[in-house]
Amino acid sequence: MSAADKIIQTCLELHEDLDFTAARKWKDAGKNRKVVGYMPIYVPREIIHAAGMLPLGIVGGGDQLEVIHGDAYYQSYICRIPRSTIELGVSGKLDFVDGMLFPSICDVIRNLSGMWKLMFPDVYVRYFDVPQNYVDHIGGNYYRQELVELMEGLEEMGQCKVTDEALKTSIAAYNDNRKAIRDVYDFRAKTPWKAPAGDVYLLTRAGLVLPVDDHTKLMRDWLKAAENEDKPLRDNCRVVLTGLFCEQPPLNLIKSIELSGCYVVDDDLLLVTRWLKGDVSTKGDPLTNLALAFLHNSESTSAKYEPDLKEKGQFLVRAVKDRQAEGVIFASPSFCDPALLDRPMLQHTLADANIPYIAFKYAENSGQMQPIREQAGTFADTIKLWSEAS
Amino acid sequence: MTQIIEGRTKVAPAKPAPEALKDDSMLKQKTMMAQHYDRLTSATQNNEKVCATFVPGNLNELIMCFDMVNNLPEVNAIQNGLRKKSGGFVMEAERLGHSEDVCTYVKSDIGMIAKGNIAPNGKPFPDPDLLLLSYTGCFTFMKWFELLREQYKCETIMLHTPYEGDGKITQNMREYMVKQFKEEVIPKLEKVSGVKFDIDRLREYLKASAKAEDDLVYVLQSAKNKPSPIDAYFGGIYYIGPIFGAFRGTQDAIDYYKALREEVEARVKAGQGPVTPEGNMGKEKYRLVVEGPPNYTSFREFWKMFYDEGAVVVASSYTKVGGVYDFGFRHDPDNPIESLADYCLGVYTNRNLPQRVDMLENYINEYQADGLLVNSIKSCNSFSAGQLLIMREVEKRTGKPAAFIESDLVDPRYFSAANIKNRLESYFQMVDQKRGPSGVAA
Repeated sequence: MSAADKIIQTCLELHEDLDFTAARKWKDAGKNRKVVGYMPIYVPREIIHAAGMLPLGIVGGGDQLEVIHGDAYYQSYICRIPRSTIELGVSGKLDFVDGMLFPSICDVIRNLSGMWKLMFPDVYVRYFDVPQNYVDHIGGNYYRQELVELMEGLEEMGQCKVTDEALKTSIAAYNDNRKAIRDVYDFRAKTPWKAPAGDVYLLTRAGLVLPVDDHTKLMRDWLKAAENEDKPLRDNCRVVLTGLFCEQPPLNLIKSIELSGCYVVDDDLLLVTRWLKGDVSTKGDPLTNLALAFLHNSESTSAKYEPDLKEKGQFLVRAVKDRQAEGVIFASPSFCDPALLDRPMLQHTLADANIPYIAFKYAENSGQMQPIREQAGTFADTIKLWSEAS
Repeated sequence: MTQIIEGRTKVAPAKPAPEALKDDSMLKQKTMMAQHYDRLTSATQNNEKVCATFVPGNLNELIMCFDMVNNLPEVNAIQNGLRKKSGGFVMEAERLGHSEDVCTYVKSDIGMIAKGNIAPNGKPFPDPDLLLLSYTGCFTFMKWFELLREQYKCETIMLHTPYEGDGKITQNMREYMVKQFKEEVIPKLEKVSGVKFDIDRLREYLKASAKAEDDLVYVLQSAKNKPSPIDAYFGGIYYIGPIFGAFRGTQDAIDYYKALREEVEARVKAGQGPVTPEGNMGKEKYRLVVEGPPNYTSFREFWKMFYDEGAVVVASSYTKVGGVYDFGFRHDPDNPIESLADYCLGVYTNRNLPQRVDMLENYINEYQADGLLVNSIKSCNSFSAGQLLIMREVEKRTGKPAAFIESDLVDPRYFSAANIKNRLESYFQMVDQKRGPSGVAA
C-alpha cells in the first residue's frame, strides 16, 4: 500500500466509524474536555476551537447505519439526514457530545434544533442563524452579536473563557487548514487522475472528526505522497458536482461517477471545510473578522440568498471556467428544499452559458448505483462527442 | 339572486356541491376579496404599483403607506386550490423542471404564471413592481421569490426575520430587523412607489390593525365556550382571511371583525355551535386542537368529515401563521417599526418546536379539548418536520390522545379521502374509549 493509500485507509476508517471513536478518545485524553457537534452547512469552528473544545461534524449516518428509531420521527417526504442523525442520538452514539449546533440551512435542520432541545435537554443546543443581509453594519452587526452569543453559550457550557488571543490562534489554525484543503482541490483540478474524488472526499471528511492541526498535517502528507505517485490518465470528462452540501451521498456514489467516466474537478461536498474562501485576518477584532469573512468572502450555495439577479448561479459558471470543467452534475438529496428549489435557476444560468448538465437525486443510503453510472456515463460520452464535434 | 333567511344569506351553489350557507360576515369577506382582486387586476390601468409579499411576515400597513397594492401568492395558490385549478398548475411547473419533492404553493404559482397568470376574477394579474421577500418562518419563501425575480426581473427586497431558535426574541434580532426596515425596506419602497414614507400614516394603520386584532382574538377565544360557537380551523381559515391578507390596517378589516364578533356573540348567547357549509352543526361531540395547515383542494369534503361526526376544532396553529395575537401581541402605533419587527418575529412558524408544543398544550388545556390532531402537509417542511415529536410531547403532557393524518395544501394527488376518513373515525373511537363509560367530553 502506498503512503497516500495508507492515509486514505485511515480516513476511510474514520468515515466508517459511527461510534466516533477518534473524537471520544480526544475527549477522554484530558480533563473537562468538551465536544461540540455541528450539522451542515457552516459554523465558525474557530470559536469552538478557541474554547478548547473539539468541533465534530455530524452529517447523518450514511449508508451503513440502520435507521430504526429515526424513521418514527419523520414522515416519508422528509429527507434522510435528520432521521439518521436522530438515530445516532437516540442510540447513544452521540452520548459524549456536549453541545449541538444546527446551522441555518433549511426548515428541516432548523426544526431539528428544537427537537434536540426536547429530546436531549442536558445538551447545549443552539440554532445558529446567519444573516441574509450582507451589509456590514446591518447583517454584519447582527452576525457579530450572534457570534458573541454563541461564544458566551460555549463559555457557560464549558466553564471557560474565550480570549481574543485564543480566537486569533484558532483563526490562524483554520486558515492553515483551509489553505491545505484548497491545495488539495487545486491539485485534483490539475491532475484529477492522481486525486480520485472518493479519496479527496475521505480526506476532507476526516476534518470533521479530527483536531484541526492533525487534519491539516494529514492533508499535507497525503498531497506530498500523491504528487509523487504515478497513476494512469483516463479519457474522462471533467465535471463539477453540485447540490451535495448537506445530506452526504454514499461513498460509492462518488466513486461511481468517476468510474462512469467523469473526473470530479470541483464539488460542494462538506462546504464547512472551505466555506470561507480566503484567509481570515488575525489582526484586530477576531469576531468582526469572522463576520466580515462570512459576508464578503464565503461560498455561494443554495441555502444563501443571492441579492444580485445577475450573479445568480454564476458561482457554478466560474467553477466550470476556473476548473476547466466540461459539464455540471446536479446530485441532490431527495426532498432537499434548498438544492431542489434552486436547481431550475442554476440550470437556466448554465444553459445561458452553454454548459451541459444532468441531474439526479440520491439519499445517503442509496444502494443502486447502476442507474447513476448509466446516466453519468452517458453524460460523459455526450460531452466527449460534443467536444470532438466542436 | 340571493335570499335572506333569518339573518343569514343563502347563495347560489357551486356545482356539484350542495348549497353552501354563509354568514353575513362571510359574504362581506367575499365582497372584500372580489374588490381586492379587481383592484389588483386593474392596477396597471389605474397607475397603481403592485407589491408581492407573503402571509407570514405580511407588512400590509407598510405597503399601504406607499399606496401599493398587496398581492399574496400563497393566497392565490389557495384560491386555485379551492377552485380545483392548482393540480394542473403544479403539474405544469413539474413539466417545466421543478422537482416533485418541493412545495406545491410554489409550483401552483409558477404553473399559474405559465398558464397565463389569471386571477380568480378571470382577468390577468399584473406583473409585480416589487417583490417584498419577507423571509419569515419558511425557507421556501427565499427561493420562491428568487424564482419570481428571475421571471419578472423587478426590484426585490430581502427582509430577513431571524428564527426564534431559543424561544425568545432577543434585542439583537429586533435591532437587526429595525435596521433592515429603516435602511433597506423603506428606502426601496419609496424608490419603487415614488411615495415618501410618512410614519404617522403607518401609526394610523397600526392603530386600525390593533382594533381588528382585538375582535379577532375575541372570536378565536370564543371557542372556549361549550358548545364552541366557531370552528377554529375550517371556519378559522375564513376568519383570518382579511387580517392575514391585504386588509390588515384598513377600515374594511375593522368593520369585518366587528360584524364577525357580533355574529359570534349572538351564537354564544343562543348556545349555538359553529356554522358549517350545510348549516348549523349538530351536537358537539368532540373538541379538537389541530396542528398544521389544511388541504384546500378538497376543503369542503375534509371539513365534512369532522362536522358529520360532531367534531369541532376549538383551536388551531394554522390560524396563527400570519400572526399570533391570542397571547397578547398587538401592532403598536407608539412603536411602529419595532412593532412590525416583533410581529414578524412572533409568527407561528418562526417559533421553535418547544414553543409550538407549549402553545398546543395550552390550547388543549384552555379550550378543554379532547385531543390533538396533526394534519401533516407534504409541501410544508416548516410545519411538518418535527410534528411527530410535537404530537408525542403534547400527548405526554396533556394525557389526551393525538392522531396524525397526511395531505397536501394544493396538490390533489396527496389527498386520500378514504384514508383520512378511516383515520379520523379510528381517532374518534379512541377519544370515546379514553373518556370511559360515561362518554362525557373533556
